[in-house]
Amino acid sequence: MNQEVGRGSENSSDSAPYSFGGAWQPSAIEIERRIARKARSRKNALVATASSIVVLGTLLSIIITSPGWKTLSETFFKWAYGFEVLPKIILGFGANLFLTVIAATSVAFFGLILALVRTSRSPAITPFRLLATVYVDVFRGIPMLLIILLVGFGIPALRLQGVTNNVFILGIMAVIITYSAYVAEVIRSGILTVHPSQRAAARSLGLSNMQTLRYVVLPQALRRVTPPLLNDLVSLIKDTGLVSILGVTDAIRAAQIESSRSFNYTPYVMAAGIFLLVTIPLTRYTDRTLRKSIERQNAQGLA
Amino acid sequence: MSIPVLALEKVRKAFGSEVVLEDISITVPEHTATVFIGASGSGKSTLLRCINLLEQIDDGVIRLDGQDISDVSVDPDEIRRKLGMVFQSFNLFPHMSVVENIILAPMRVHGKSRDEAIVEALELLTRFGLREKAEQYPDRLSGGQQQRVAIIRSLAVKPRLLLLDEITSALDPVLVNEVLSTVRDLKEHGMTMLLATHEMGFAKQVADEVCFLEHGRILEWGKPEEILENAKKSQTKEFLKRVHEAGRL
Ligand SMILES: Nc1ncnc2c1ncn2[C@@H]1O[C@H](COP(=O)(O)OP(=O)(O)OP(=O)(O)O)[C@@H](O)[C@H]1O
Ligand SMILES: [Mg+2]
Repeated sequence: MNQEVGRGSENSSDSAPYSFGGAWQPSAIEIERRIARKARSRKNALVATASSIVVLGTLLSIIITSPGWKTLSETFFKWAYGFEVLPKIILGFGANLFLTVIAATSVAFFGLILALVRTSRSPAITPFRLLATVYVDVFRGIPMLLIILLVGFGIPALRLQGVTNNVFILGIMAVIITYSAYVAEVIRSGILTVHPSQRAAARSLGLSNMQTLRYVVLPQALRRVTPPLLNDLVSLIKDTGLVSILGVTDAIRAAQIESSRSFNYTPYVMAAGIFLLVTIPLTRYTDRTLRKSIERQNAQGLA
Repeated sequence: MSIPVLALEKVRKAFGSEVVLEDISITVPEHTATVFIGASGSGKSTLLRCINLLEQIDDGVIRLDGQDISDVSVDPDEIRRKLGMVFQSFNLFPHMSVVENIILAPMRVHGKSRDEAIVEALELLTRFGLREKAEQYPDRLSGGQQQRVAIIRSLAVKPRLLLLDEITSALDPVLVNEVLSTVRDLKEHGMTMLLATHEMGFAKQVADEVCFLEHGRILEWGKPEEILENAKKSQTKEFLKRVHEAGRL
């Protein structure tokens, strides 16, 4: 739109009708606008900084000068002690990460299969579709902690030959069982939002049902559900901590061991910090993907 | 007389108790264009979808090059490979660039190599003046360009018959013309076509035969001049009058 102004203005020496090349100079009025805009944004930044300093400073001084602050900081923020136990907690966090990687890959696989089965209309699939629906309903409706307890303590209690007693493996299994149900629903909702005309267009081109799914429906569906899936990934990282209840030495369990030894809660705070170190960037990234995907969908709506 | 590309014999289609098509019989000889006109809800889209086997007919026979494609033993995918279809909207795959949209079927359905498919796609794009849009994503194209790409995409598999369902009704009048001139071009090159449209002026230009549909029945058919200017049935006249008043003639 600026070019429009530039073309009409008198200092434009280049008279070629559609050349928007170097000849354009901002007009006096535009220069004025730009100066005014700059001044305004400088003022906004100033106001934001000043108000932040006042508000945050007040909060901080209230906390620090409060009578309980000394005991509080002794119990939760004993940094020297915290850094002493940090290596053990980080080691434990390795277990959380490992759990996350294994679980996320398996959940992606099983969740996708469940979603495909539930959205399939083929008659041969009917019994599986029913089973998948029941599965999803059941496992989305039970607190994950219960599933971890049931799998982690229940399966070894069966004393079956060849079935593992390894709490780590049982813990992962419980996480996968639960999250597959969550993720299946997310992917299914993505598949359902792909416009039916897209399927019709693909089938009209002669693509088979499977090809339509693979090249047309799934790519669009997965792109659309990437933000909620990333949200689930953040939850998954945190929820791997729940397997500590089975005795898996993850970050939480490591912190618990230290804390019960010293009657100080700084190890928990350290563990919380480590989780945040991973989850905050991931959350920010999720936010950005979500914003982008909304922009993209809006752009499509306009076309 | 040679076998027509498409022949419908007493085709009937109902959704539940609502009869949408009744006693539809037409023949479409090679290199001709048949245009369906009729009010909204008269069954034009349904008819095209039945021919494309996207809907199952309830009675009658549909023949493509003499073969009964309504037979239960027929593989719909096989038939659709020989037909091109463009819908009113949502034709293009938004996650693929223009050229990827076009090469999808030649590669995945017809087993062409990627390079070969791209060469042919670019030839088609050049022919229809869209070469510079090859790498663009559909949301960056105007509605008219999108519809032209959709037409090109259906041409890429060299269909025996092209089914065009109100391909301009989602467009504003300026864009309508560029899409229609693309269709005229195809007609001049001998493409066999079946169209549903609200554009009577356009129908007059490309149609070899115009069929007026009302409540799922063909009420009147014939040369475009006969139907559009000297309709015999009062319903046809009434419909054309309404279209005329809406400024579409
Ligand atoms: N899947 C369906 N289920 C039930 N009824 C349907 C279905 N598809 C179409 N119909 C009905 O069939 C009738 C014909 O619809 P169709 O889309 O073929 O009309 P049309 O002539 O293409 O109209 P338009 O000009 O608005 O596109 C309508 O009454 C519609 O409600
Ligand atoms: Mg229609």
